[in-house]
Amino acid sequence: MIPRHQTVLFIVLLVASVIMGSVLWHLRERAHQRLLQGENSAPTQAPQVAPAEQATLMVANDADNSVLTRILALPLPQNPEARARAVLGKLLDLYAAPDATHPVPGGASSIAQVFLVPIADAGGKVAQSGPELAVVNLTGAFAANHPSGLETETLTVLSICATLHANLPRVSEVRFLVDGQQRDTLAGHADLTRTYLAAEASQPQGARP
Amino acid sequence: MAFFAGRAGRGGAACVLSLAAAAYVFGSQLAAQDRNAAGPRFVVVLDAAHGGDDAGARLSNGQTEKSYTLALSVRLRSLLMARGIAVVTARESDVTVNADRRAEIANHANAQACLSLHASQSGSGVHIFVSSLAPVQGTRFLPWNTAQSAWVQRSLSLAGVMNSALGHAGMNVTLGRTALPAIDSMACPAVAVEVAPERGANARGDAQGADGLDDPGYQARVAEALAAALVEWRQEAIGGRQP
Repeated sequence: MIPRHQTVLFIVLLVASVIMGSVLWHLRERAHQRLLQGENSAPTQAPQVAPAEQATLMVANDADNSVLTRILALPLPQNPEARARAVLGKLLDLYAAPDATHPVPGGASSIAQVFLVPIADAGGKVAQSGPELAVVNLTGAFAANHPSGLETETLTVLSICATLHANLPRVSEVRFLVDGQQRDTLAGHADLTRTYLAAEASQPQGARP
Repeated sequence: MAFFAGRAGRGGAACVLSLAAAAYVFGSQLAAQDRNAAGPRFVVVLDAAHGGDDAGARLSNGQTEKSYTLALSVRLRSLLMARGIAVVTARESDVTVNADRRAEIANHANAQACLSLHASQSGSGVHIFVSSLAPVQGTRFLPWNTAQSAWVQRSLSLAGVMNSALGHAGMNVTLGRTALPAIDSMACPAVAVEVAPERGANARGDAQGADGLDDPGYQARVAEALAAALVEWRQEAIGGRQP
């Protein structure tokens, strides 16, 4: 004969077990639903960070030592430094393509950063919408793999300067760094220690007799 | 007494200064007479780029830019000396010469033409570059890093003469401006000449339809055309070397 209090205790424990089991089942279902919702919201396409805009690329051509204008529609960010990096990245992607007119390996990842620095006038004052110095930080791998030659290095430097000026007209001067350090030449020829005037780089280059 | 000593001292100093001035004027006249008697001297500086630790570009068949430019410099020097042109070279062997030393050699030579010789696998034909420095009026003292700015107009004229001569020799020629430390410090009409393989219609031809840098015939054609250009430049530049 089972005592009465033991029967009551057994029933209470049984009911508690059923309740705990149902709560656990409910929590599990909620976690599962949350997981499924998370999977559904995962992007399946690269996000378009900005609407496509016209970008002007100054593309070099080794065959006739020229820099020619090419206009493309690109998604460009609003931040000027990110915008500069995006257009230069596209320019170097063109150079890394198999049928490039100015073959240079590396592509967009060769531009580590682009910094835009306001230029002070003769009185030391910095105007809000005055001219800017662009500091282009290239990767060491880009410089190491760049073909060596007076023409090819000059065209790379000039096309970068001209592209910056075409898309960011306030950029009037350009300086280059490689892995954050000043470097004498790009690949043995073009001087990287000097400040390039962007407007001069935009002038037509190349001539034939 | 002190009054007389002071006057005597001032008189002596004036005599010394007068003698020094007379000697300077006399010496200048003698030097001018010597120059006129010998005629104006026409000097060309040949700067074979790279050398020593700096091999430059890798060319076809494992050749290096430093060896190509040295060979071209030696060949061009022979052609110019055969035409009675004095030549100063920046290097005669495989040694390291930095950009400042190259400019020093050119500036000490008082040259009427300075050629920085380069070679590359990219592009086609001969690329002629002039310093991208903005032209300025020549002054007695020039900043070292931008000395070429006083000579840019003359350098552009020299590039034009070379463009014409190379064109007449049937070569692809491209002109451009560049920032090259060695020529930016040169106080003379200076151009950088980069030789690339000749491709396309002007190539005389190997199996691939191109004149490679390892072709001695192509190098000889380039050297002959450069020598012809410098002979023509001598006719134009013989009047003086003012910037």
